[in-house]
Amino acid sequence: MSPLQKVAAILLCTILLLMVLASIFVPAPYARQFRDIPNAGPSTAHPLGTDALGRDSLSRLLYGTRVSLLLAPGASLLSTIIAALLGSAAGLIGGWFERIVLALTDLSLALPWLFLLLTVRAMLPLDVPPMVSVVIAFLMMGLLGWQSAVRVICAATRGIRDSDFLLLARSTGCQPARLLLRHVAPNLRPLFYVQFWISIPLFILTEANLSILGLGVMEPMPSWGNLLRGFENFSALAANPLRLVPLILLVLVVMCFQLVLPSQEVTQ
Amino acid sequence: MRQAWIFLTLILVLGLPAAVRAETARQSGGELHFCLHGEPKTFNPLLVEEDASETIRYLTGGVLIRLNRQTQALEPGLAVSWKVSQEGRRISFHLRSGLRFSDGTPFTAEDVAYTLKALMDPQLHSPTGDSFRSGEGQVDVQIPSAAAVVVTFPAPVAGLERLFDQVAILSAHSPKKEMAVLGPFYVADYSPGSSVLLHRNPNYWKKDKEGKPLPYLDSIRLDIQRNRDIELLRFRRGEIQLINALDSESFDSLQKEMPAVAHDAGPGLDSEQMWFNQVPSAPLSEYKKNWFRTTEFRKAISMAINRADLCRIVFGGHAHPAVGPVSPANQFWFNSSLPVPAYDASGALRLLAQVGFRLEGGALHDSSGNRVEFTVITNAGNKSREQMATMIQQDLSSIGIKVNLVTLDFPSLIERITRTYDYEACLLGLVNTDLDPNSQMNVWLSSAENHQWNPKESKPATAWEAELDRLMRSQASAISDKKRKADWDKVQQIVAEQQPFIYLVNKDAMSAISSAVVGSSPSVLDPHAFWNAELLRLGGDLALGAQK
Repeated sequence: MSPLQKVAAILLCTILLLMVLASIFVPAPYARQFRDIPNAGPSTAHPLGTDALGRDSLSRLLYGTRVSLLLAPGASLLSTIIAALLGSAAGLIGGWFERIVLALTDLSLALPWLFLLLTVRAMLPLDVPPMVSVVIAFLMMGLLGWQSAVRVICAATRGIRDSDFLLLARSTGCQPARLLLRHVAPNLRPLFYVQFWISIPLFILTEANLSILGLGVMEPMPSWGNLLRGFENFSALAANPLRLVPLILLVLVVMCFQLVLPSQEVTQ
Repeated sequence: MRQAWIFLTLILVLGLPAAVRAETARQSGGELHFCLHGEPKTFNPLLVEEDASETIRYLTGGVLIRLNRQTQALEPGLAVSWKVSQEGRRISFHLRSGLRFSDGTPFTAEDVAYTLKALMDPQLHSPTGDSFRSGEGQVDVQIPSAAAVVVTFPAPVAGLERLFDQVAILSAHSPKKEMAVLGPFYVADYSPGSSVLLHRNPNYWKKDKEGKPLPYLDSIRLDIQRNRDIELLRFRRGEIQLINALDSESFDSLQKEMPAVAHDAGPGLDSEQMWFNQVPSAPLSEYKKNWFRTTEFRKAISMAINRADLCRIVFGGHAHPAVGPVSPANQFWFNSSLPVPAYDASGALRLLAQVGFRLEGGALHDSSGNRVEFTVITNAGNKSREQMATMIQQDLSSIGIKVNLVTLDFPSLIERITRTYDYEACLLGLVNTDLDPNSQMNVWLSSAENHQWNPKESKPATAWEAELDRLMRSQASAISDKKRKADWDKVQQIVAEQQPFIYLVNKDAMSAISSAVVGSSPSVLDPHAFWNAELLRLGGDLALGAQK
């Protein structure tokens, strides 16, 4: 592990620790509105200042990190599993099965997913608690975000389809399911890791986009997505540059994930 | 040296009058730039139904009677005088003589008759004409003399003369049809997706106090720009000189940079309100329907909302607590005897206790032990509504009520509030452009579609709704403004007592007018910034700001 990777890993661990211990560090409940001091700058009571409704920005950042960093990897894991199953099966079996899977992938890539997510959100019952609606939103993202990974994994599987070790396994009578799980999957594991890691920031940003449209995590629950909405008010941003912290944190986490990633390949 | 002095004197003597002439010309001319927020759908003034076309109709259309946006009084336009008779069924106009359309076609009483017939033609489906439809039967238009027109409607039309502010007169004979106009400007060029160019109408009838022909401006270029941020950026760069409507954030940022150009005219006509679903067939629990139907419950919710905080925090102080369906901006029709709703959480709890609600462990329960919790829906992407709903969440939590907030895309929201009725409470705004109570008939009549808390009732569900029906019909058929005002005041009072809509705030009418524009006088009525376009001119002192 290079020094840079070590720094990235330490940073990620620190952020995760802060996220887990958020309730200890927060100066005030994340939903409490201090209405006398909206858009306030940093102070002892509110180290990162307050937002437009007077809520403590640090509390919202820590709880928002918890929401985004717990649910985005979950959504990423779900989409990677779907992509791994479909892509490796299509690549290994080939022929009509591969054509059907790739055609379905292309078809779903062509669908306007944003509108689909909006429709699904509108169809949900209204009396769902905020936390459940958040889980459903990330679940939807996970179920709908596997397409590009399928193409990559299918292409990689196709590359090893005629390799010697698979020929040998086939010649010994190995069943397709065993071929897939014992021979193909271990060889594609670095690719699965890559797909998993690169999907996390993607889902965080998707949630951010949905929140900017007002359709992500519901108020008063914070997430990185709805914290980024604070950027719409440029004058408040200029008055308190610490409002950029959620963005910096998002960039930092995405970079750390990318930096830590090569070590996974090396371990294979 | 002497030669140089002579040369300098010559320059001054010869150059000064030319400079003065140029300055005069500059002040009485110039091209004003501002933005439309969409493509104009029509140039036919009778078919206008969206903002962009309305702007063009206002700037180009000549009307018989004009509502002064500042004084809110009716003023003579193409008609020198008018008289309403037969209990509001008939209106007689005496027209100005010697006027011409922008293309030179003479203006006659025939043009008025032609316009009114077209307006009331059912085949045309004129949205403007709908306001005049008071009963079954034909509208009769007579021309007793060259300068007189008498219009008789099949049934009384309340506030009849005020409606003529929207009726731009068309030419019956001009080959240019609706492009021949009697207003201060005419449409000279239209580039779809880009701009609309209006030129000064050389035949416009109005003159200023010194007898100079109006308008002062040579032209107005209306750039089609949907993006409000780009509009603001262009205003900052000086590429456009007006923004007709600003939100509070843009207003504050402009005011910090250029205090002279940002104008807050005070509370406008628009309001933000919340209501509970009282539709009997709504797919809601019966106990929740009972809460929503209880007047004390609605009043308690209203009392527990801190409107002053909403105005201060969400709108940066550019809004006022709303009293009822009429904004204080509506000088004549506003019921000034109604009190401004005060924040009183303990009073709300007392009121709830009267009808069996009790606070246990910080949570409010009804008499059957059900926890009081409901979901408020609003449209996604509207930041101020989301912020208001979040603040209401905290306000109501102080009396033990749990409020969930769900934002929906607009079509889904409309589907729920108009068709499936699958919602508990809704927070939305009402855009009001008309001062007259008749414009709210489609809200207050129990049979109306926009009677949002319980639309399209076959018969009034409550005694107070029956009383609202009676009062609305009574004011609509009354001719005397005094009688209408009394009825409408009573409607406002009942609404304040029953709170079918919990009115939250009236947003201020804010606009931006460049210092280069002289003669502006922002108004609370739309169009806020250019209602007196004929008196505007370019060339103001940049240091002075807009002249008030």
